[in-house]
Amino acid sequence: MAEPVVRIENVTMRFGPQAPALRGVSCVVEGGITGLVGPDGAGKTTLIRLMTGLLLPDEGRLSVLGLDTRGDMAPVQAAIGYMPQRFGLYEDLSVAENLDLYADLRGLASSERAEVFERLLSFTDLRRFTGRLAGRLSGGMKQKLGLACALLTKPRLLLLDEPSVGVDPVSRRDLWAMVRELAGDGIGVLWSTAYLDEAEACDRVLLLNAGELLFSGPPADLTRQVDGRVFRLTGVGRGRRAVLAEVLGGRGIVDGVIQGEAIRLVVAEGAQERDAAITEARSRAGVGAEVRPTPPRFEDAFIDMLGGGPGGRSQLAEASPMRAAGGDEAVIEARGLTKRFGDFTAADDISFSIPRGQIFGLLGPNGAGKSTTFKMLCGLLKPTSGEGRVAGFDLRRESAEARNQLGYMAQKFSLYGDLSVDQNLAFFAGAYGLAGPRRRERIALMKEVFALSPQSGISAKDLPLGFKQRLALACAVMHDPAALFLDEPTSGVDPVTRREFWTHINGLVEKGVTVLVTTHFMDEAEYCDRIALIYRGRAIALGSPDALRASVACPERPDPTMEDAFIALIERSRLVEAA
Amino acid sequence: MWWTRLKALIVKELLALLRDPKARLILVGPPLVQLLVFSYAATLDVTNIDLVVLDRDAGAASRELVQRLEGAPDFRRVVPVESEAALAAAIDRQEAIAAISIGPTFSRDIAAGVPAKVQVILDGRRSNASQIVAGYISRIIQGLGAEIAVSGRAPPPVDVVARNWFNPNLIYQWFMVPNLVASIALLIGLIVTALSIARERELGTFDQLMVSPLRTHEILIGKVIPPMLVGTVHLTLYVLAAVVVFGVPLRGSIGLLYGSALFYLLSVAGLGLFISALAATQQQAILGAFLLLVPATLLSGFATPIENMPAWLQPVTIVNPLRYFLVIVRGVFLKDLPVAEVVAQTLPLALIAAAALMSAAWLFRRRLE
Amino acid sequence: MTSKGNSTDRTGRLRRLGALVRKEALQIVRDPSSILIAFVLPFILIFLFGYGVSLDTTRTRIGLVVEETTPSAQDLAASFRASRYFDVIDGHDRREFEEALVLGRVRGIVVIPSTFATDLAGRRPAAIQVLVDGAEPNTASFVQNYARGVVATWAAVRASETASAPVGIAVEQRFWFNPELASRYFLVPGAIAIVMTLVGTLLTSLVIAREWERGTMEALMATPVSAAELLMGKILPYFVLALAAMTLCVGLAVFLFGVPFRGSLVALYGLSAAFLMPALGQGLLISAVTKNQFLASQLALMSGFLPAFLLSGFLFEINSMPGPIRWLTLIVPARYLIPSLQSVFLAGDIWSMFLPAIAVMAGMGLVLFALAARNTAKRIA
Repeated sequence: MAEPVVRIENVTMRFGPQAPALRGVSCVVEGGITGLVGPDGAGKTTLIRLMTGLLLPDEGRLSVLGLDTRGDMAPVQAAIGYMPQRFGLYEDLSVAENLDLYADLRGLASSERAEVFERLLSFTDLRRFTGRLAGRLSGGMKQKLGLACALLTKPRLLLLDEPSVGVDPVSRRDLWAMVRELAGDGIGVLWSTAYLDEAEACDRVLLLNAGELLFSGPPADLTRQVDGRVFRLTGVGRGRRAVLAEVLGGRGIVDGVIQGEAIRLVVAEGAQERDAAITEARSRAGVGAEVRPTPPRFEDAFIDMLGGGPGGRSQLAEASPMRAAGGDEAVIEARGLTKRFGDFTAADDISFSIPRGQIFGLLGPNGAGKSTTFKMLCGLLKPTSGEGRVAGFDLRRESAEARNQLGYMAQKFSLYGDLSVDQNLAFFAGAYGLAGPRRRERIALMKEVFALSPQSGISAKDLPLGFKQRLALACAVMHDPAALFLDEPTSGVDPVTRREFWTHINGLVEKGVTVLVTTHFMDEAEYCDRIALIYRGRAIALGSPDALRASVACPERPDPTMEDAFIALIERSRLVEAA
Repeated sequence: MWWTRLKALIVKELLALLRDPKARLILVGPPLVQLLVFSYAATLDVTNIDLVVLDRDAGAASRELVQRLEGAPDFRRVVPVESEAALAAAIDRQEAIAAISIGPTFSRDIAAGVPAKVQVILDGRRSNASQIVAGYISRIIQGLGAEIAVSGRAPPPVDVVARNWFNPNLIYQWFMVPNLVASIALLIGLIVTALSIARERELGTFDQLMVSPLRTHEILIGKVIPPMLVGTVHLTLYVLAAVVVFGVPLRGSIGLLYGSALFYLLSVAGLGLFISALAATQQQAILGAFLLLVPATLLSGFATPIENMPAWLQPVTIVNPLRYFLVIVRGVFLKDLPVAEVVAQTLPLALIAAAALMSAAWLFRRRLE
Repeated sequence: MTSKGNSTDRTGRLRRLGALVRKEALQIVRDPSSILIAFVLPFILIFLFGYGVSLDTTRTRIGLVVEETTPSAQDLAASFRASRYFDVIDGHDRREFEEALVLGRVRGIVVIPSTFATDLAGRRPAAIQVLVDGAEPNTASFVQNYARGVVATWAAVRASETASAPVGIAVEQRFWFNPELASRYFLVPGAIAIVMTLVGTLLTSLVIAREWERGTMEALMATPVSAAELLMGKILPYFVLALAAMTLCVGLAVFLFGVPFRGSLVALYGLSAAFLMPALGQGLLISAVTKNQFLASQLALMSGFLPAFLLSGFLFEINSMPGPIRWLTLIVPARYLIPSLQSVFLAGDIWSMFLPAIAVMAGMGLVLFALAARNTAKRIA
């Protein structure tokens, strides 16, 4: 057998006094696409950097393309393509200038250049934008350009570090097709990701957890481990969130997530345990519930491998008061929201209303206007016309009252990194006007619910990602808001942490909190009661996840996924506009 | 309610500034080192002067002159040279700032009661220092001449009795330390405030602040007060250092100093906030602060008096807070400046602060559009 | 890199270097803040030092109190009024001016006492009192010296009129290189050194720190580029930019402010190039150590800008500083540049002065480059 592209032998890597980032990892990377998956902080980026030679292992050895990384890395670096997490692009250089720079650095002969550029530009569909500055490209286009730069000298090994974070499904699908084509040409590709549907499509996966390699092999091998243990619970309708929480509490349930109107369950191993778990789940779900086996996915096996999901109880929700039903009055309302920047209309006459106790999702490609809409609704941007209301307050005229009613959590965990956990909590308590015993009470509750007490003196920036997520949520819900605004809240976050997050959100919604969320994760979209799909500044579709899926069902695709629906609806809108 | 919010913001800002030990060090260490180093370094005194002497006379009078030069406290070395060329070379290479050329008839002329002449050559590349050196040398030579004249029964000279008020020995540090107190406070205050919003914008916490019930004016107040507190601490440290380390007399009222410092720090924080509201990134904020800092220091009367500037440039200094506070600090330290004058200099500071804060608030709101 | 000195390796190296330089040049042109620092700030600085900051005491306002009306007192008073150094306000009692002196409205009070004429006639030494504002020692010294000058001249003229006895010793002063004693002639060359420090140290350290913060450094390091090429790719563009800023300053100084230029362009560029070695080396080292824009800017200001301003002999005489601070100035590169640069402008080429300065600056540069290279090994950790 030929030497593998990368051979890793017993590699251990430490940073400072904490637990090692990688512990005794041994594996190989061969041709085709290898997925590198694992929770945040599992050591994925460290492993990739070791392969580029930018880091050297404390123990063990790596050989890349047959060369030890401790030696001269120049020949290896000439033969690998590397796309770091933020794509490594110069934002103040144009597309063509970025390509020229990396072509020179990688020693692409000028005679071949025209041909290679031609191929890559048509491959990435960036030809129309060669003169545009990289900083002005959308997330998806940046990602394609980053890939093109990594591909200039036809590498033998392509390393992609979380290439699809913050990128919309259309662009993700394009990127995947491109990488698949490359792998067909015999390039070894290592693709690190938090999206497990991507991992499922890889030829092989490496599953890392807390610095240790848990699994290495074709994803189907892992998926097979949960064969016959995955079920769909249907007929639970609107009460599905409460049912999920209820069912997850049952014995033998490993994992459960909401999929539109249904609930997906993974049960424990062994025939006896399985049957007992199903019986209990059915009884907890109540009358009319049906349980049917369904084909397993990689994600099911992944959660199973890591020891199951986080359970369904949300102490946060339990400690929150039930919000009195205030009739059918909308808690969040958009009335003809329009925003123009010069000639460009970023959001065009967007209207919807979200009743109390519902989750509403804003979906759309990068740059389509969903962030603009979101920002207008939480008061970060003044609409050109139209108005936004939160809990009955006009965001323009009664902004302070409206803001008192809303909690906000942003993409990048916008906490004060230099402040400790306690200091962050104290600041947000104060900023929302909590004082006296109520302030002490709420802070204590947050620390208890999110298990933050052991970390209370640590700077927020030094927290593990999962704890940052918890702290951010704690700060957003500290003042018990009526409406929660979540802007890509779990972007780049692993599935386990994501489940824990949604358990809390689901619990709060059951207590009458109203949620507006933007996301690129299609499985997150499944948690929504209703979704608005924003494209080119307009809401092109509005409805429940099941309704949107149903609207694109056709004979060739009787049971489309949420991602299929997303892409099909955008295609349809493009065609209508072209006509 | 508003107080709870504001207090939370102020505490947070102070923590962000001071929690990290490295940040604390950056905030306190360099300014103190600067005060110590620069108050000794920044002196327009001229001492340790090196001279060359071309003495082609070698008579009694010329030897007397050379001896007097050597004995003068500010002269470090008086080096004899043998030729015009050697004299020129020493000046060219800046081995000496001045050269004294004594003609061959010097002693003879004096003995004969004929007017004697001494040539003094000075390095015009350092015209400021060389003018002062020229003054020293002339005084020594004229002193010698006067004695000769007296002995020669010439009319008595007119004495000039100089008295230096406020600073009898013209100690340069007494001037420089109060100056540095004001200008280092400007440097630190401006950069700290300029970065405060720009950093939050770059780190993404700014949106979080904007969706909270904190109102715009509360955010601005919350951003202004912490740098002012830090500035007050700095000021106290400096005043202590000035009195204890440098022995600068503090003749005026410390209450007046702090009272006016409040408005000075407010105007500095206002300008910093204005830059911060304008800047999109930290780099822009730093460079913006710098772009304001350099002219503000040069056009303040720090190194050179404003009245020496061209008439058309002087009005520009009206908007410079450092200009007013320099007068106050120097005045309160050395002159026991009367209350009316302190108030007259504080008033413009209050106006600058108000204008800067209002434009910062306007910019801040406008950027939300 | 290793010693594989074959020709393809060399062309590859040159091409990579060329690409890095081109990239940097494009970024400089597109970033308003680098243009601001390299071209707008120099303009402001030269302008301020050309017009605003002048160490020449042009006309200082003084109060003149003549306590008697004798002809000799009036004659001396007239001499003060005629002096081109003083703006004289007349008064009859020194108390009129005391408050003005406290408020800084006048910088000195000259008192011709009521016994002046009697003393003169009685052949006793007559005394003129000069009260000056010691809170501004520099102005105070000037007022004292000019007052002495006025009195001495007046006395000399009087003596020659009475022709009773010869005058003692005449001092003939000659200011070489700068007979007009215009301070801008020596401030402007100093400002040029400051500008080069800003571009070489502040800007360079900021742009490298920015590459670390934005994650582009990691992408560069994963390519076959060597550490030496990375450093050269930063040095060359900012070297050229700093020389361009310097050329702009020299042009402004000579053509707008009429500062003479008596030396040669060879000396000007030779000295500047030598100075840029430590300036750039310092910028590279700062950014290699901090990797953070805020810290880099603080360090660059404290270790580059302020010393170039205050410890270089630009405004303040190094000889007058206390011993330890004088030694400290030995490691400030600008201290070697500024006197030479002032000579290039005012005196001409004095190679016996320039060559040692160039050698010291180049030596400092090499040390700093070596330190920067050691801290820029091609590994992340």
